[in-house]
Amino acid sequence: MIKSNPILICIAKYEQHEANLINQYNQNTGVIILNMKEVVITFLCMAILLYFLLGGADFGAGIIELFTSTKNRSRTRKTMYHAIGPVWEANHMWLIIAIVILFVGFPFIYTTMSVYLHIPLAIMLIGIIARGTAFVFRHYDAVKDDMQWLYNRIFRYSSFITALFLGIIAGSLISGHIDAQATDFYTAYISGWLNWFSVAVGFFTVSLCGFLAAIYLIGETTETHDKRRFIKKAMFMNVAAVVFGAMVFVAAQRDKIPLIDWVFKSQVGLSAIILASLSLMLLWYLLIKGKTKVLRILAGFQVTMILLAISYAHFPNFIRLKSGDSISLLETAGPDKTIYSLGLALLLGSVLILPFLGYLFYKFQKKEE
Amino acid sequence: MDDFIAARSQMALSLGFHIIFSCIGMVMPFFMAVSHYKWLKTNDEMYKNLTKAWSKGVAIFFATGAVSGTMLSFELGLLWPKFMDHAGPIFGMPFSLEGTAFFIEAIALGFFLYGWNKLNKWFHWFTGMVVGVSGLASGILVVAANAWMNSPAGFDFVNGQYLNIDPIQAMFNKAWFTQALHMCLAAFTATGFAVAGVHALMILRDRNTYFHLKAFKIAAVFACIAALLQPLSGDISAKDVAKRQPAKLAAMEALYKTEKPAPLLIGGIVNEKDKSVTGAIKIPGALSFLAHGNFKAEVKGLDQIPENEHPPVAITHYAFQIMVGIGTLLLFISLTYFFTLLKKKSLIEKRWLLKLFVLAIPLGYLALEAGWVVTEVGRQPWIIYGIMRTRDAVTPMPGIAYSFYIFTAIYLSLSIIVTFLLYRQIKMVPVLYDKVESNTHLHS
Ligand code: HDD
Ligand code: HEM
Ligand code: HEM
Repeated sequence: MIKSNPILICIAKYEQHEANLINQYNQNTGVIILNMKEVVITFLCMAILLYFLLGGADFGAGIIELFTSTKNRSRTRKTMYHAIGPVWEANHMWLIIAIVILFVGFPFIYTTMSVYLHIPLAIMLIGIIARGTAFVFRHYDAVKDDMQWLYNRIFRYSSFITALFLGIIAGSLISGHIDAQATDFYTAYISGWLNWFSVAVGFFTVSLCGFLAAIYLIGETTETHDKRRFIKKAMFMNVAAVVFGAMVFVAAQRDKIPLIDWVFKSQVGLSAIILASLSLMLLWYLLIKGKTKVLRILAGFQVTMILLAISYAHFPNFIRLKSGDSISLLETAGPDKTIYSLGLALLLGSVLILPFLGYLFYKFQKKEE
Repeated sequence: MDDFIAARSQMALSLGFHIIFSCIGMVMPFFMAVSHYKWLKTNDEMYKNLTKAWSKGVAIFFATGAVSGTMLSFELGLLWPKFMDHAGPIFGMPFSLEGTAFFIEAIALGFFLYGWNKLNKWFHWFTGMVVGVSGLASGILVVAANAWMNSPAGFDFVNGQYLNIDPIQAMFNKAWFTQALHMCLAAFTATGFAVAGVHALMILRDRNTYFHLKAFKIAAVFACIAALLQPLSGDISAKDVAKRQPAKLAAMEALYKTEKPAPLLIGGIVNEKDKSVTGAIKIPGALSFLAHGNFKAEVKGLDQIPENEHPPVAITHYAFQIMVGIGTLLLFISLTYFFTLLKKKSLIEKRWLLKLFVLAIPLGYLALEAGWVVTEVGRQPWIIYGIMRTRDAVTPMPGIAYSFYIFTAIYLSLSIIVTFLLYRQIKMVPVLYDKVESNTHLHS
């Protein structure tokens, strides 16, 4: 159990790398004084992971709607609104938390991304703006008329685009195509993200989001007809994810990214992939049997394992550059005092937030009898 | 369009857009809390419906505020990477605390919007208050970050390097309190007058009068108290600016020459080429008093500031005139309103007063935007006052003009849709929130 926790693994790995920054034990009390840098990095990893899972399911809902036949769309929409309405705002906070941690604690990483991935970031932002507002507008418009058609359109397509570009950005960070020495526009601002690998990761992300959403929606409906529909969708998205996942590997080969080494040559990567595959089989078994109880946990676990497998090998390097250099979370962290107060703010925040958030999920997850 | 100008315009546009929604997010929860409280106390269904009607509107604004805010946190890096490289770790403290405040706000909003009939009624009320308090807190925190750009603190600047960084000291810089105070009041003034004005319009049209009268009263009280305090707080701000940013003060008043005592200019046309102002009304000594609390004091003019550190004078001056002009007008409206309340006159008969409120719908927001122009344009050419120039901070990526056009189009269409939605929301009041013809209540 402990071994499979990506955060703990990240920390363990980090300790090996930075012998001088390992946990200090307070001899007298035996209490562990955590290094603040670890705290901050843990929060960052957690925020990114949660954004992928929760925000991803949220994007996925729009993607599912896009791939739903016209006659079932309004039912899908209703289930979806019921499911994510109360929490959707909170889901997107994770992105903001991640970004704030980056620009306060790791400004060099934040600005490198901002400069070289300006275009995909801007497109993703447009997507976020469009889908966020369309989602709310279509629900809160006091008159339900033809405008709904427009909101729906915008919501579906921008959900797709946002997830696609989120994946492209994630892929670009590790693709090693970002060229900080570029002198021409194309190399500096385009080829860093418009390459086979990044795009493949983009589509992979889209299918994962759709998968997460379908699994999530299965548990939100009581109608057997709808349930069967969502189960089918989950299977479809899962197959798509496997296909696109394979394409990510092919693209990595083509772009000379040692993805296979990362995943299969490290014990952690390998175990993560094995665990992901095992949970996949279990998941299909449960889907076919129509047992929907633990599906969500399994799906979340699966996606977490995939992220872990891809990112573990080069952690704590956050951006791989074309020159072969990497930008590491550890080496580019801001001044100690900043990290310290950031960590403190995050800890304080979670003490205030987590109980409240847990209660929100609890309160609105309970099925109304 | 020059990339640098495009980047500045895009930043200004995004911030100018966001600020409207964030002010509503900061203030409306308090209006709702009052109405909600009255419902819980009096059991008058009308208050419950009012709370619900308002909360529908707020949900629309909140979403728009949240996405435009998300946009901003990326935009700081997309447009000003060299600024963020250095500033991030220094002025980041308020942003990290703000994250917490936003989060609490978002969660509490989830409870509030979806908690009707599901939560204990007082806990439900409490979640509404939490939305307001955390919204206000996040507003104060971002403004503290902005104040740091005006009054850098919490680091030593040695040979181009930022040493001995202390984020806490940076957050509590010299400008944070005056700016945050003025900003919070402005949020209440602007939103209060806008909301009160819309309901005043409905009263004038005799639609669901009872419902709109209740709404009007809640909004108007908040608006008018804030508008009374606004000039006082503005005066503190001006004295503060005189001390820390003499160039900005000189630009606000188009004071090209140092004078002792210095007159206050009202209106006037600025000619930046020959550094002169024509057609202004001059109040002798008033600027000396405004800036230093003494009618005889000397006020530094732009002649004492190197030419390459002059902010754009005309824009700053006009924006300041607009803000102060509107502030004075709103002060007058507030005094009249309180006088009417004191005399226990019936509002419905004072149609001219209601008309004044209708006139004031956009004014608060106009003043608010103008005030930000004063602060931000008046800081130019600095992005971090006295430390880093805006021009040195801009992204190396060419073609920002296109990005500016695209975002302009997006913000424009969003504004149109939001206005349209709000119009529909109000139009639907008789159907959704006030089915009983409330006018009969009133006359019976
Ligand atoms: C409803 C809006 C509103 C109204 C009626 C006023 N203001 Fe204001 N003002 C703002 C809204 C605002 C603001 C929220 O837009 C600013 C921008 C930055 C800030 O902290 O508040 C501002 C800034 C600002 C500044 C610059 C502060 C700085 O750069 O640090 C000064 C000197 C004043 N104001 C002075 C006044 C005076 C003398 C007013 C007299 C009536 C006045 N304001 C009314
Ligand atoms: C929401 C209210 C605000 C408004 C309406 C506003 C308005 C503006 C305007 C008009 C400009 C352009 C100035 C020029 O180029 O001449 C600007 C620039 C800028 N503002 Fe603000 N501002 C606001 C708050 C903030 C806050 C809270 C921050 C950061 C913490 C901030 C950071 C910046 C930056 C980085 C620039 C670009 C650099 C510069 O032009 O100096 N602003 N803003
Ligand atoms: C004076 C300027 C500003 C004020 C007063 C202000 C205030 C607020 C408030 C009250 C909200 C809550 C949203 C709502 O209730 O509608 C909000 C949202 C947000 N703001 Fe601003 N803001 C300002 C400028 C900025 C800047 C410069 C940034 C980014 C660097 C920013 C980032 C955000 C983000 C990320 C959100 C979304 C959070 C959410 O989901 O609730 N804001 N802002």
